Amino acid sequence: MEVPILKQGAFLIATFQAALSDADLNQLRMGLVQQVVKFRSRAVIVDVTAMDVMDSFASRTLREIAHMIRLRGAETVIVGIQPEVAFAMVQLGLTLEGVATALDLEEGLAYLNEKFKVTN
Amino acid sequence: MISKRDVASVPPESKRNEEPSELLRELVAHLRQNRTQLREEWVVRISETRLLTAMTKEEIFAEATSVYDSYVEALETEAFEALQAYARNLSERIIPRGVETHEVVGIVLLLRDVLARSLFAKYQNDFKKLNRILDAYEPAANRIANTVAVGFVQERERVIRQQQEAIRELSTPVLQVRERLLILPIIGVIDPQRARQLTEQLLRGIRTNRAKVVVIDITGVAAMDVTVANHLVQTVEASRLLGATVIVTGLSPEIAQTLVTIGVDLGKMNTVGDLQGGIEQAERLLGYKVATLAEQS
Repeated sequence: MEVPILKQGAFLIATFQAALSDADLNQLRMGLVQQVVKFRSRAVIVDVTAMDVMDSFASRTLREIAHMIRLRGAETVIVGIQPEVAFAMVQLGLTLEGVATALDLEEGLAYLNEKFKVTN
Repeated sequence: MISKRDVASVPPESKRNEEPSELLRELVAHLRQNRTQLREEWVVRISETRLLTAMTKEEIFAEATSVYDSYVEALETEAFEALQAYARNLSERIIPRGVETHEVVGIVLLLRDVLARSLFAKYQNDFKKLNRILDAYEPAANRIANTVAVGFVQERERVIRQQQEAIRELSTPVLQVRERLLILPIIGVIDPQRARQLTEQLLRGIRTNRAKVVVIDITGVAAMDVTVANHLVQTVEASRLLGATVIVTGLSPEIAQTLVTIGVDLGKMNTVGDLQGGIEQAERLLGYKVATLAEQS
């Protein structure tokens, strides 16, 4: 199932659904990295609220997305990580270092708006 | 009387087939008859070996009487339920007074020895009979000792479990001190189980209170082992994944040493000396400014 990428002002928003295949993740990665330049976006929000399990491939992909997007001149915020998932990820050593995180989509938007001082 | 003549008429070899229960009955009768004297002797042996020092002489005597009677009754009926219930009841009363397992086991074994000695004395002229009596007595006596010891240990374990639950219930609360600011004061020893529980509580608290900053105060924790220290670091990282900044306050020198030994990346961990400093820094992060009324005007 393909992950839709929504444009919201200066930001892009991608919402993970449960049970994404590795191919879907790869497709999402390419889609985001292409569109972030195409739309001249300043940041990308990846919402993982629906994921109650996060395997190592998914969290590695998240980190790769964040680092690739930084190289493309924008910022990434991961939002909506579940408490259980967060601890499981840390135990696997997947701490998403260097990637901004926020509680949910609202928090993520508030963080970016504060950072870029944009209002839309 | 008829039976007596019967017994007398059978040859000695077939006496071996004498019912063990009959022997037990004889044994019980003997123990009943000499109750006062044997009990006295037992109590003397107890105080000689300095067992049950937490109890007064009168208490020991009263307990000894009921233990003796239940003991003889258990020998007679071979029903251990009553004795088991009594052992549990006794344990319930004496555990809070600091009576140890070795004391309880010790007194039961003493009673066994005292009774066995009296049997030796009674049957010293009839070695075969003594042997048979002991054959009947020993398994029952051992089972009684076992029952009492197990009852005592079970009761102790029950008390320990109860206390553990009580401690767990007293466990650490996650408190909101300001909008989006939580504090988690940790006091006492952290074992891996409690650490896991703390983490779960904290991560859930971050979500329900929509916290942005958490102050974990570990002033009340004297030391933690490497496992728990690692767990603390993981909790800090997991909280960050939920979008919350963690400030750890009140690290003791020993804990600081542990954290350095396991090589914590200090960039990931925000530490402040005391709880006050931690809350002040949290307020700065959240954009609060605390001022006295005089300063405001």
